[in-house]
Amino acid sequence: MSAGTTKLNVTVTDVVAVNELVKRFHFERSDGGDLPTFSGGAHVVVEMRDGDKSRLNPYSLMSSPHNTRDYTISVRRDDSGRGGSLFMHNRVKRGMEMVISYPVNLFSLDLRARKHLLLAGGIGITPFMAQTAQLAGEGGNFELHYTCRTPALGTYADVLRDRYGKRVNIYYDDTNERLPLERLLTSQPLGTHLYVCGPAGMIRWVRETAAAHGWPDETVHYEHFAAPQPGLPFDVTLALSKMQISVGEEQSLLEAMEAAGIDPPYLCRGGVCGQCETNVVSYDGTFRHNDHWLTEAEHCSGKKIMPCVSRFEGKSLVLER
Amino acid sequence: MPAKTILSRPVYGTLSPQTGKNHLFVADAEGASAILDLAKKAPDGFFAGAHIMFIPETSRSQFQAPLRALKPAQFYEGPSIAAALPRLRQTLANAHMGLRIYLAGTEGLIGQAMQVALEAGIDHSSIQTEHRGSWARRVQCVHCKGITENVTTQPATCAHCGLLLLVRDHYSRRLAAFQGVCINAEDPSEIPQKEEIFR
Repeated sequence: MSAGTTKLNVTVTDVVAVNELVKRFHFERSDGGDLPTFSGGAHVVVEMRDGDKSRLNPYSLMSSPHNTRDYTISVRRDDSGRGGSLFMHNRVKRGMEMVISYPVNLFSLDLRARKHLLLAGGIGITPFMAQTAQLAGEGGNFELHYTCRTPALGTYADVLRDRYGKRVNIYYDDTNERLPLERLLTSQPLGTHLYVCGPAGMIRWVRETAAAHGWPDETVHYEHFAAPQPGLPFDVTLALSKMQISVGEEQSLLEAMEAAGIDPPYLCRGGVCGQCETNVVSYDGTFRHNDHWLTEAEHCSGKKIMPCVSRFEGKSLVLER
Repeated sequence: MPAKTILSRPVYGTLSPQTGKNHLFVADAEGASAILDLAKKAPDGFFAGAHIMFIPETSRSQFQAPLRALKPAQFYEGPSIAAALPRLRQTLANAHMGLRIYLAGTEGLIGQAMQVALEAGIDHSSIQTEHRGSWARRVQCVHCKGITENVTTQPATCAHCGLLLLVRDHYSRRLAAFQGVCINAEDPSEIPQKEEIFR
């Protein structure tokens, strides 16, 4: 069993269409009782059994950490992805039994902060649903800035505005409203921490602008799960297990290892936590690194790979697994 | 640079120019030379958004002119660390995120300025430090809680209760002081020889 991946048997108690792209799923323990406590920013890995295919995708918990009767997640439909979100949208119905992991938090609030400045883009709003509930319950000082495409796709914008009033600022792309990032970053009191969750481009923009304006790295928190990208199939030799496996087009290297009965450690399955880091014994080809864990130098070294999101193209790859 | 004996014993780095537009320097005595060394590596216009607080102490006047020549936006010269701290507190109360903090000089200066910065909500890991000059310590007596400044000997006499203290490497960022523990509690008639080791 992988560290931190103790499993929970849950029942889907509700499925709610939030708007044309987003559905919300409610889970309760199948054996009754409360679910484990979690903190705002935590995610669970949802197991999707789809015939002989099995997908494990991380989703942020968006319900209040003060309520562990159920967990809720919101899933945005991605028609061009590997099918995890489509499975959730099309196949998961109320009453279904599912398996999820214990919650893990790789995007937690730094509660020493004097103030929390939360920046969300699109479906990146979900961890902030839980974090704002946690902060509001503890009298925390926060300000949320949320950019979405249109009012119709402003997932939970109305809920957040009702709950927190002026502490919530919403910007709609279709009317050319833009997050006033520079003004926000230059007007925060000392002791403010910054959190950003959204598309990769937004995270990069916020991190670079914050660094240029003198925000110390320790005060800038971000979460970007890179969903595993499909790619060309490739073969891998696992040196320790003395096995030869094939990674399919729609499969990640981690999933292929699991399908072969190997159980590498993981927590996020999105290239951020570092658990599944694997040493490369030898290779002849090109790595397709997609993670946010290894350094640039490690990516170039050809000595390490993050099997949850990264791929390989070439003649041979031997891993220390 | 002293060895890292225990986790709490502070270690200091070398000041280097950080990103951002506002920079606050606090230095005493030879700490000024750390600012002057950083200036050689700083990009053009770096000091246009800088505020230097300098306590010359025994360094007399050798550093004032070169520091002023950096043309910082603000330059303050204070008679003592104690006199400069309320000004630092006030400066931080009005500051915004993006202000970078640089502390250079004696352990007492670095420790006390950091204590004020921590109270203002800044994480210690976000603060640049560089040690220059004296290794004299601020020591808190664990028995009477009094703080003795400029301790250079081992053991040292508590300036408040008079106990003879073993000066430990155990350091408190919150108190900005090393810990002093009675060295002869079992037998007060035993008086170990004082040695000057924190110079």
